[in-house]
Amino acid sequence: MAVAAIGPYEFQPKDRLENFHGNQVVYLHWEDHLMFCAPVAFPLPPAMPFAAFHDQIVPAAYAQHPDFVSIDWTQAEWKLDGAPFTPDPAKGLKEQGIGHKSVLVLRTPGLTGINGSHA
Amino acid sequence: MTTLLKEPKAKKLGLKERYAHLTRGLGWETTYQPMSKVFPFADYEGIKIHDWDAWEDPFRLTMDAYWKYQAEKERKLYAVIDSFAQNNGQMNITDARYINAIKIFLTGVSPLEYMAHRGYAQVGRHFVGAGPRVACQMQAIDELRHAQTQIHTISHYNKFFDGLHDSRHMHDRVWYLSVPKSFFDDAASAGPFEFLTAISFSFEYVLTNLLFVPFMSGAAFNGDMATVTFGFSAQSDESRHMTLGLEIIKFMLEQDEGNVPIVQKWIDKWFWRGYRLLTIVAMMMDYMLPKRVMSWAEAWEMYFEEAGGALFKDLARYGIREPKYADVARKEKGRLSHEAWCTFYNYTHAAAFHTWVPKEEELAWLSEKYPDTFDKLYRPRFEYWQKQQEAGKRFYNNSLPQLCTVCQVPMLFTEPDDPTKICFRRAEHKGETYHFCSDGCCDIFKDEPEKYIQSWLPVHQIFQGNCGGATIPDVLAWYHLNNGVDNLDYQGSPDQQLWDAWMKDRGKAGG
Repeated sequence: MAVAAIGPYEFQPKDRLENFHGNQVVYLHWEDHLMFCAPVAFPLPPAMPFAAFHDQIVPAAYAQHPDFVSIDWTQAEWKLDGAPFTPDPAKGLKEQGIGHKSVLVLRTPGLTGINGSHA
Repeated sequence: MTTLLKEPKAKKLGLKERYAHLTRGLGWETTYQPMSKVFPFADYEGIKIHDWDAWEDPFRLTMDAYWKYQAEKERKLYAVIDSFAQNNGQMNITDARYINAIKIFLTGVSPLEYMAHRGYAQVGRHFVGAGPRVACQMQAIDELRHAQTQIHTISHYNKFFDGLHDSRHMHDRVWYLSVPKSFFDDAASAGPFEFLTAISFSFEYVLTNLLFVPFMSGAAFNGDMATVTFGFSAQSDESRHMTLGLEIIKFMLEQDEGNVPIVQKWIDKWFWRGYRLLTIVAMMMDYMLPKRVMSWAEAWEMYFEEAGGALFKDLARYGIREPKYADVARKEKGRLSHEAWCTFYNYTHAAAFHTWVPKEEELAWLSEKYPDTFDKLYRPRFEYWQKQQEAGKRFYNNSLPQLCTVCQVPMLFTEPDDPTKICFRRAEHKGETYHFCSDGCCDIFKDEPEKYIQSWLPVHQIFQGNCGGATIPDVLAWYHLNNGVDNLDYQGSPDQQLWDAWMKDRGKAGG
């Protein structure tokens, strides 16, 4: 619905891609590890290869968790914007459909947080 | 004996006449300009008013009486504040951890009192009827008085404790304060009728008990007599404000049947926005008061489920139902405060107050109050954090959180039916993607996307380079937050050192 207003009411979105100086925003969440209270956000170059995301960004976000060293990356499951997703390590983020304000969710079967509390 | 013949005195006006002259007598039909030009905001929201004189003033208060009452209350309040300062009242609180609740109040709530002052002054100008205009004028002055008395009262604590030095500046910039700020900006940028539904009805009438009662009883329980006194001083104003809230709703509903769906939509929206804002109160009640009053879940049951239930039963005769997603709030009551406190524990290096792991007896209280959720879902992480802290590795989350586009709270809320899964909702608008913490916030966006695509989301603003720089120290400097002093864990903070020194001296003085 339109906003009830006293005149024309049209504005540019504040979070459009061109406001991020060449980066795009990517959100990351690790299921069953709510010790990290909410998904986290990163401004990243759209051409960043997924391998770099995996090797640099993911540990920066989550290495503090005691489960992190136990992750079996061959079993790890990813979701991109709600749908199952198989990342290609060599390809850039944008190239494989990880766009501005996309959400990547990581699930690591068998790891359910501190004492199995999903935290 | 001589008798002086007195001139017959002019007859004094009766109360009723006085009241009529000092309220309704102040309005008139304009002739030089059409009424529609003098009151340009009266119609555009779609609310139809056929008879402004049908407005009932439950308090029948005139301006002269108002000044008299308020001046009397003011004298009493300032006498108490002076004696609190002279008697070193700051040393009689239960524990310096309590002051962190006051820091949230001063940076998050007091600036809203000031915004409320501006909002009611604006609405008071734009309503056509003299009755509601006078009521709004009084409330505008009340709100200014509340902002002032809160700042005066709390300024005493600023002499001793950190994080209280620049509340107005912080309110406009600090990430978590964008939650209360955007709430009020949303209301103040709506039309006069929506503003009153938002603030007078949903906030003042339906939810205010959940804000003021916990803060004021929390203050009383924890020896903060200064805050208790401004609470008392504001109380008679609050009951007037609540009455205005109910009156405006009934007035709109009685004036035209077409108003009912508009009012219902606003009630749904502002219930949800107010409830999300209260997340921080939930956490204050369950975690920040050294001496607890009641749990958030108990407060929600008493003040919303019971009192609100009765209210919406009463409004059913107008065709109004309980706010949408009240059932979600009910499902969240066992987890809300824990999820919120964990969030501030994650990010207290960027906050203007301290957090901590609850003490053993406090964890036991939480287990008792939340038997279904606490031990299973939250206690393990606190015990882990405690161990980490003892090993010198206090946990801080080093990445910035994803925020909800509408309430601007980090995406910390879990699925209504599964407290172990983050609740993700999304919407597309003109090719852009937007994220939300709940169906409640998502619905608000979809109803007026043009409004919320402008959200000033603190995390994105940092990424865009608008907040002083790219590192946390840069951003904290831009917030006017003293890094290493105002922020971080309570353990080892200057607040704690000061308090411990006071308590040691007291032990000595007592022999």
